[in-house]
Amino acid sequence: MPDEVKAPAPVERRVAALEQAFEERNLIPAGFIDDFAHIAQEDWVPVNGAKAVARAWTDPDFRRRLLENGKAAVMELGFTMPEHHKHLVVLENTPSLQNVICCTLCSCTAFTIIGLPPGWYKDFEYRSRVARQSRTVLREMGLDLPDEVEIKVWDTTTDTRYMVLPVQPPETVGRPEDKLAEIVTKESMIGVARLEPPYR
Amino acid sequence: MDGVHDLGGKQGFGPVRCASSRTAFKAAWEPRANALYSLGVRLGLINMDEYRHSIERMEPRHYLSASYYERSLTGFTTLCVEKGIVSQEELERLAEGLFPLSLPSAEGRLNAMPRESFAVGDRVRVKNEFVSGHVRMPGYIRGKWGVVVGISPPYPFPDASAHNLQSQDERPYDVSFRTEDLWPQAADQATVHVGVFESYLERAR
Repeated sequence: MPDEVKAPAPVERRVAALEQAFEERNLIPAGFIDDFAHIAQEDWVPVNGAKAVARAWTDPDFRRRLLENGKAAVMELGFTMPEHHKHLVVLENTPSLQNVICCTLCSCTAFTIIGLPPGWYKDFEYRSRVARQSRTVLREMGLDLPDEVEIKVWDTTTDTRYMVLPVQPPETVGRPEDKLAEIVTKESMIGVARLEPPYR
Repeated sequence: MDGVHDLGGKQGFGPVRCASSRTAFKAAWEPRANALYSLGVRLGLINMDEYRHSIERMEPRHYLSASYYERSLTGFTTLCVEKGIVSQEELERLAEGLFPLSLPSAEGRLNAMPRESFAVGDRVRVKNEFVSGHVRMPGYIRGKWGVVVGISPPYPFPDASAHNLQSQDERPYDVSFRTEDLWPQAADQATVHVGVFESYLERAR
């Protein structure tokens, strides 16, 4: 009899199979899956990090605390980080310095603060190239930095997490904090974009 | 392990496709897969290090062709099977098709003994070590010199924790490397900062 060549089941059926096996063992608390999906999409959003950035722009004491101990500072604002993310390093961009975060080994981020990583952050192109060809990759992504701007790449290889504190656009100085939070994007907190008009 | 997951500095990949993939989830099964893995962490079925290693152990062609959440599902399910929570046969019966899993693990290792502590500003070298089990040292820093710029709180030592070996928690250091030292003549000028566990480091002499 010839060997039967079987294809993998479609991935959605594999997920459903694991979920059913867990259900049959009573491992899944009622509502857990739907609640999780809701939290992932409604609570782990870049608005959290944006609020921390806007606070740092308008409150020098908070800015100092955020740069000294990022996790304690974002918790002041009511945000949470998983227990195993013991430390949040906040990287301050300046007009002459661009910090960029990545995870070459998998796709780690401070997802509760800057939101779940976008697809491109997890793709092999970004993971393989951004550490070695940072200026080229940023230019391809629309951020064409002058040669005099220094680039620092941060590879997330431990459970310490990183976020970028973008430069406040000069013309927005004096605006109220809640309006400032509206212009801060996830990309600017990953470090692949600067904040320039027109704002989102 | 020197696996295909260790992508930093690998050449041949094209431009980042940023316009097409801004959202975190692309299909309805993805948050469900993510929820099951998260439940596994919450129930204490798995730790983060064995989860990451379970993904690295995927057959390379499967790893490179699978999406992020398929890799997550494959790694987490592999651990559930290895720990006897479910069997592959049961899952394949329920899925009505094959359920490919990751390949078996090599042996883990314990913390380096003795280890040195470092301070911000210290010049350090990443040991020239080759580790067949789990390790969180990207290959591109192996044997390279750098400068300590930050110190994190102690974490479980991944090389042991991923294999459920008892070990001491240890501190990783943010170490700054120059791209011209990492990839001479073939990189954009920048510094690359990597979180490097104490066991992987020695003092520059």
